[in-house]
Amino acid sequence: MGLRTPLYQQHIDAGAKLVDFGGWDMPIQYQSLIEEHHAVRQHAGVFDVSHMTVVDVQGAQAKAWLQILLANDVEKLDTIGRALYSAMLNDEGGVVDDLIVYRMQQGYRLVVNCGTREKDLRWMQERSQGFDVQITERPELAILAVHGPESIDKVCQLLAPELATQVQALGNFRALEAGDWFIARTGYTGERGLELIIPAEDAPGLWRSLLEIGVKPIGLGARDTLRLEAGMNLYGHDMDESISPLAANMEQTIAWEPATRQFIGRAAVEQHKREQAAGQLPILTGLVLEERGVLREGLRVVCELDGETREGVITSGTFSPTLKHSIALARIPAGCRNCQVDLRGKLIPVRVVQPNFVRFGKKVFE
Amino acid sequence: MSSFPEDLKYTATHEWVRVEADGSVVMGITDHAQELLGDIVFIELPEDGKEVAAEAEMSVVESVKAASDIYAPVSGKIVEVNKALLDAPEIVNSSPYGDGWFCRIQPANAAELDALLSADAYAKICE
Repeated sequence: MGLRTPLYQQHIDAGAKLVDFGGWDMPIQYQSLIEEHHAVRQHAGVFDVSHMTVVDVQGAQAKAWLQILLANDVEKLDTIGRALYSAMLNDEGGVVDDLIVYRMQQGYRLVVNCGTREKDLRWMQERSQGFDVQITERPELAILAVHGPESIDKVCQLLAPELATQVQALGNFRALEAGDWFIARTGYTGERGLELIIPAEDAPGLWRSLLEIGVKPIGLGARDTLRLEAGMNLYGHDMDESISPLAANMEQTIAWEPATRQFIGRAAVEQHKREQAAGQLPILTGLVLEERGVLREGLRVVCELDGETREGVITSGTFSPTLKHSIALARIPAGCRNCQVDLRGKLIPVRVVQPNFVRFGKKVFE
Repeated sequence: MSSFPEDLKYTATHEWVRVEADGSVVMGITDHAQELLGDIVFIELPEDGKEVAAEAEMSVVESVKAASDIYAPVSGKIVEVNKALLDAPEIVNSSPYGDGWFCRIQPANAAELDALLSADAYAKICE
């Protein structure tokens, strides 16, 4: 038996198929992954993501420390409630994890991946030596992600009128605190939506209320197809400690200025930037297969560069329920042309596109 | 739970077979197989008229999650394929033993049918 979130019984009640996910018993799907996917693109769905790790950072040097720990700069969080996506790098410029950091009324809140929990906490502890910071994991909190075009209206139906008005007014990547509830306009689907970080004892009631007003429960299977359509990276697949953020389509998340900010991994990623300028760093790109077949993680990509055959690899691949054909993220040498994927021994031509396939229910690549 | 109709025969690789009055057999994949695969998005069917050998790969099913080979349950000639599956592969999820059939085979050696599993024996494999 694995770890259970506060919503375990609700998953059983909803007929979930449970799988082990990073030591947790999590719902991979309820009835149909594809129907769950469409529910989020067209209406509203709720995900239990309580397995993810919430870490609060407080103390006189919280900001100064996060400016060292993270490749993005929390200086950008100029008002309470703003959120920022960032990589946490190691000294070699590899990605220890990707995370969202929120500025709270008191200090900061980080949400990191479940599979990286132990090493992240250890890394943060080690790298906080000499700083006046308190790093506190918050395992007593549940996280419900409610996403889809109708999601915010649905959540607001359940809130007190005054709070509902505040939530309706939240901009993207903005959050608010209401007592011990934390409500953020962030997510991992490419749709509008909210992430609600709330006390575990409040989670089953909120879940049931959402289902009663027509929000569908969504498993981790559809979470993966939704994030991949949105071109969002999955840690441990599209990037890890051996991959530069510059080779993982994460360049925009590195704050290079001010040049004096010595974040962990800075010297290494500056070297990666020089390699990138010389065409020596691979890129993470989008692949599209419009004929039959499904691109899958680990498949070999064969392409051409200056008349020579080069290889890359698919880091995430799936069937896109919105587009009705396969899409993938792949790491290939920069400047390659004529990409083909080795599908069961046959080289099949694929299109190389920007790694962003679907936003707000619509196809976004050319 | 998965269903295992008594009037069918089964393979350990999750195909089912129904013997028809004219001696041909209709085959597909089991309810248990479609549950394991999840939402099916593409099916590659064998060509009409092709000769297949028992236990040889004859078809491929792709779900959102995985690709899976489908094996011929008996040796023989493909005499009909269910082309509806090309455009609507999800029929296999909703009706694995009915409209989700894959193809009809004229068996070359009827004795091979005796080697297939009963519903009970197959259900035990799936436990």
